[in-house]
Amino acid sequence: MLNLSLKQLSQQLREKAFSSEELTRFFLDRIKKHNDRLNAFITINEEESLSMAKKADITIANGNQSLFTGIPIAQKDIFCADGWRTTCGSKMLENFVAPYNATVIQNFNDAGAINLGKTNMDEFAMGSSNETSYFGAVKNPWNLEYVPGGSSGGSASAVAARLAPAATGTDTGGSIRQPASLCGFTGLKPTYGLVSRYGMIAFASSLDQAGPMAPSAEDCAMMLNVMASHDIKDSTSLPHPKEDYMTSLGDSIDGLRIGIPKEFFGEGLDSEVQKIIEDAILEYQKMGAEIVDISLPNSELAIPVYYVIAPAEASSNLSRYDGVRYGYRTKEYDDLMDMYFKTRQEGFGDEVKRRILIGTYVLSAGYYDAYYLKAQKIRQLISNDFAQAFQKCDVIMGPSAPSAAFKAGEKKEDPLAMYLQDIYTISTNLAGLPAMSIPAGFTKDLPVGLQLIGNYFSEGHLLNVAHQFQLSTEWHRKIPKEID
Amino acid sequence: MTISQEDIKKIAHLARINISSDESILLEKKLTGIMELIDQMQKVDTDGVEPMSHALNISQPLRDDQVTESDIRKKTMPLAPETQESLFIVPQVIE
Repeated sequence: MLNLSLKQLSQQLREKAFSSEELTRFFLDRIKKHNDRLNAFITINEEESLSMAKKADITIANGNQSLFTGIPIAQKDIFCADGWRTTCGSKMLENFVAPYNATVIQNFNDAGAINLGKTNMDEFAMGSSNETSYFGAVKNPWNLEYVPGGSSGGSASAVAARLAPAATGTDTGGSIRQPASLCGFTGLKPTYGLVSRYGMIAFASSLDQAGPMAPSAEDCAMMLNVMASHDIKDSTSLPHPKEDYMTSLGDSIDGLRIGIPKEFFGEGLDSEVQKIIEDAILEYQKMGAEIVDISLPNSELAIPVYYVIAPAEASSNLSRYDGVRYGYRTKEYDDLMDMYFKTRQEGFGDEVKRRILIGTYVLSAGYYDAYYLKAQKIRQLISNDFAQAFQKCDVIMGPSAPSAAFKAGEKKEDPLAMYLQDIYTISTNLAGLPAMSIPAGFTKDLPVGLQLIGNYFSEGHLLNVAHQFQLSTEWHRKIPKEID
Repeated sequence: MTISQEDIKKIAHLARINISSDESILLEKKLTGIMELIDQMQKVDTDGVEPMSHALNISQPLRDDQVTESDIRKKTMPLAPETQESLFIVPQVIE
């Protein structure tokens, strides 16, 4: 069961090679065995997971199953799941039991999937190393002294160590792709608006997007079929017709035009990572792809723009945590103001506070035009760069992250160094484009991911481009030795 | 742009977060670093550029104002730190 793809798991469940209960128990046992070391999960609810599995087995026995019936999926703890503790990695929501399902959760439930548990994450998805979680740091299964990336670090660690066949993540500035790169598997951030944000705890609403995290592109395609849906409960959800992302897997990529942005290969990129990315692109050339030199001249501005827009939106979104309707409330207070101030002082961690303060500052009287409006204008320029590039190429490739995983503690006290982790991923969030990270090699026994960026709604094409690479390489099949 | 102790006091008040004086001293350097990063934007000429808030420039969809959800008060009230019947309890605001 350990190394079967989602499609193979589905087939074997249908052929009754094993039951969903056996499969779910298998992964719950792996979580029990390894979670003390990895800290990938915040909440496990064995009883509820097994109860869902038993229901799936009845559905299968009756022959009413769909492709996902009975398959356990780990859910990032940012998604509200009815009756499950949903913390978003924060003390603020330590005891919050969601009263309803996020649309992503509902879609998986409707498809018959099993909720295997809620995965650890940086607090309110703010971080690139999963060290800001109130529930402790997550470890990288390839080397426990290294970070798994973030903010979807728990999902990443769980998928890499095969504590789950697949997991969900969210990506505001790289939070699916950077951990996928650092942990050696496949992750996709879809076009903004393709997957509903309803019930997904908000960080930066104009950038947040959920997506699949799994060993292969084929697995991700199968998950996206479930995750993507137009949702009237999310006003930014797009009325895009339902697609089957599995059907394009197998198309030829002969003549594919790959755009290589020179800005992604400059200063700051680890030389061994660069070599691995160049070799991966060479592999594509062997498959018949052509290389096109392109430029994304405003990409160096992506980080400054992001650190205006994301904190500004976060400062507004996180104002809801006031200790009145749900979540943490301080124990002793004099009056209402004192209660707000102490609740938010005690309930939020350092990184979250920093971002709320920056966001408050850039939105405060007199500064709006100089910061927020300016950032939105440059965001347009960044988006225009991509539009021009896609006139010359079908897909853009480069590194997902500037280096392989780094040691825990190395950047924790240096926010600016941490922010640079997302230097190649942030611009696609600003433009709203779909992008993936796929395993492309190893440096010093740590995985390195290749980033693929596509045009709006090109997920099917992008997944096939990734799939073709995985048909001729084995990087996505590697499993860390420390975890058996 | 440097962030002063006075700035921190002001924005912490707006954000309703208590900041101790020790925290404030540490924050000064870190927030100034972040603002210096952000200030790289100022060298860009953005005259005539339209601000972008949504990638695909969709307009907000509207719907009829109808009740679509059942009452989940019984599920949501227990999530509050302090309640009385169907009311949230907060410190007295009006004398």
